[in-house]
Amino acid sequence: MSGILLLAVLAIVVFWVIGAYNGLIALKNQTVNAFKQIDVQLKRRHDLIPNLVNAVKGAMEFERETLEAVIQARNQAIRVEHTGPEVMKRIGKAEDALSGALTRLLAVVEQYPQLKATGNIGQLQEELASTENRIAFARQMYNDTATQYNTKQQQFPTFLVAGLARAAVADLWELEDQAARAVPQIDLSMKRKA
Amino acid sequence: MSDGATLNLFEQQALNRRRTTWLVLGFVLFFAWLGFGGDWIFWQLTLNAEPGAYRHAFPWLGALLTALGAGIAAYAYRTGPEKVLWSTGAWEVLTPDTDAARRLVNVVEEMAIAAAVPRPRIWLVPDADPNAFATGVDPSRAHVAVTQGLIEQCTRDELQAVVAHELGHVKNLDVRLMTTLAALVGAVALMSDGLGRLLRGGRVVGGSGGGGGGRGGKKGAPAQLLLMLFVVWIISWMLAPIITQLLAIGVSRKREYLADAMSAQFTRNPLALASALRKLEGAHGATTAIKRGAAHLCIVDPLGRRLDQREGFVADLFATHPPIAMRIARLKGMGYAQLKHEQRDREAAAGAPAGASTPT
Repeated sequence: MSGILLLAVLAIVVFWVIGAYNGLIALKNQTVNAFKQIDVQLKRRHDLIPNLVNAVKGAMEFERETLEAVIQARNQAIRVEHTGPEVMKRIGKAEDALSGALTRLLAVVEQYPQLKATGNIGQLQEELASTENRIAFARQMYNDTATQYNTKQQQFPTFLVAGLARAAVADLWELEDQAARAVPQIDLSMKRKA
Repeated sequence: MSDGATLNLFEQQALNRRRTTWLVLGFVLFFAWLGFGGDWIFWQLTLNAEPGAYRHAFPWLGALLTALGAGIAAYAYRTGPEKVLWSTGAWEVLTPDTDAARRLVNVVEEMAIAAAVPRPRIWLVPDADPNAFATGVDPSRAHVAVTQGLIEQCTRDELQAVVAHELGHVKNLDVRLMTTLAALVGAVALMSDGLGRLLRGGRVVGGSGGGGGGRGGKKGAPAQLLLMLFVVWIISWMLAPIITQLLAIGVSRKREYLADAMSAQFTRNPLALASALRKLEGAHGATTAIKRGAAHLCIVDPLGRRLDQREGFVADLFATHPPIAMRIARLKGMGYAQLKHEQRDREAAAGAPAGASTPT
């Protein structure tokens, strides 16, 4: 009699362990996937920049420095390894530098009405604005998923199987300060006059 | 700020799956009742017919109508999204050729990332009134449709908020239930129109049926019972369209609030949706391209009914959407909480004694 009871308790425990383990693994994979999504959007941004530079190059002879800063920031961002320790800090630093250079470039573009008048620039601005949004939303999604994952693996009783699932606390993206948070708003042509 | 939306996602999905099943099942059962009820009445009528005359022994009417109901339900479920889109005259944005269309595609793709759903197919409804709806059976085969008026009148942030609201419906599987319902409402409306014509033209049939009851009138009570049943049966035929309408209404009000909350969660910008809703309300003409059958799918009531302006018993019964003022008030509440939060963050970052000026 007590043997059956013991068996039943054991079965419940085993089922719970399986469930908790699978839940953690699912969240872990979601977190990894969310991080990949950011990579996809960053790549999209890096691919867009040469087009933008080509489109404005001719008309902006006097602003060579601004252009070069963008190109340099982009090349630096491309070289960042997307694996290894402190990956988020390294990516974040390079991409923030790129964002800053881009913002300056777009502010300069605003000062050349004849440049803005060509449809190409307007389209590129829209594409860039969209890419900035995509990166921001992909990061937001990643942070939400990773937070869920982190909470789950630290909470009782799930944390008992965290070692088994080799769960580790995932880093979150940090928005350095309020100024950095404001950066993605580069759709100047849509709402604001420079 | 939007715990409700995140915590209840799986429950909401399960609920929508279950409700869709019940809806389809109820639809088929209703048809079975119509068919077998008729069979039973007919069987009672011909019970003591003379030998050689027709006796209604096999319930072919019930079998036929049940099969028909199941067929319609399956067809409606399968082709619902196409039918809804077709009924609004929407066309798909495949290669965006204007700035506005390009912006729309970008915004939808951005919000798909924020909501972590596959990119839905994007449709444009040629109507100057701003409105939007989503349809589809599951997130991997979803459609988002917006009117021409919406992309012309809304800023990028507002468009984002509206699209996020629609993707909220997609993510929690509201679209499955609401699309199936729309398709069934359409089917019932079509049939009740046809039946009305049939009844008006076929009064003679009813008359002769009554005569048959009279002939077997030796036992008066069963004949009366039969008559009563006949009346109930006819009434349920006539009630069908009203019942499906009421279902459509009851199903959609609460989920607008939930989709609003999900929009705020995806964009982190509840005030954008509030301002979009105000804009949509301001242009509260009727969205003529969207008919009654698909009204409950839209972000604001396309029929421009005054009922949607108030809360209350009557409005609860008959309006497909909660009052916009209520929705805006809730979104503003979320926005206020967010502002507080950000202010606290800023003060903490600046090293100021946090909480000194922000009592919580």
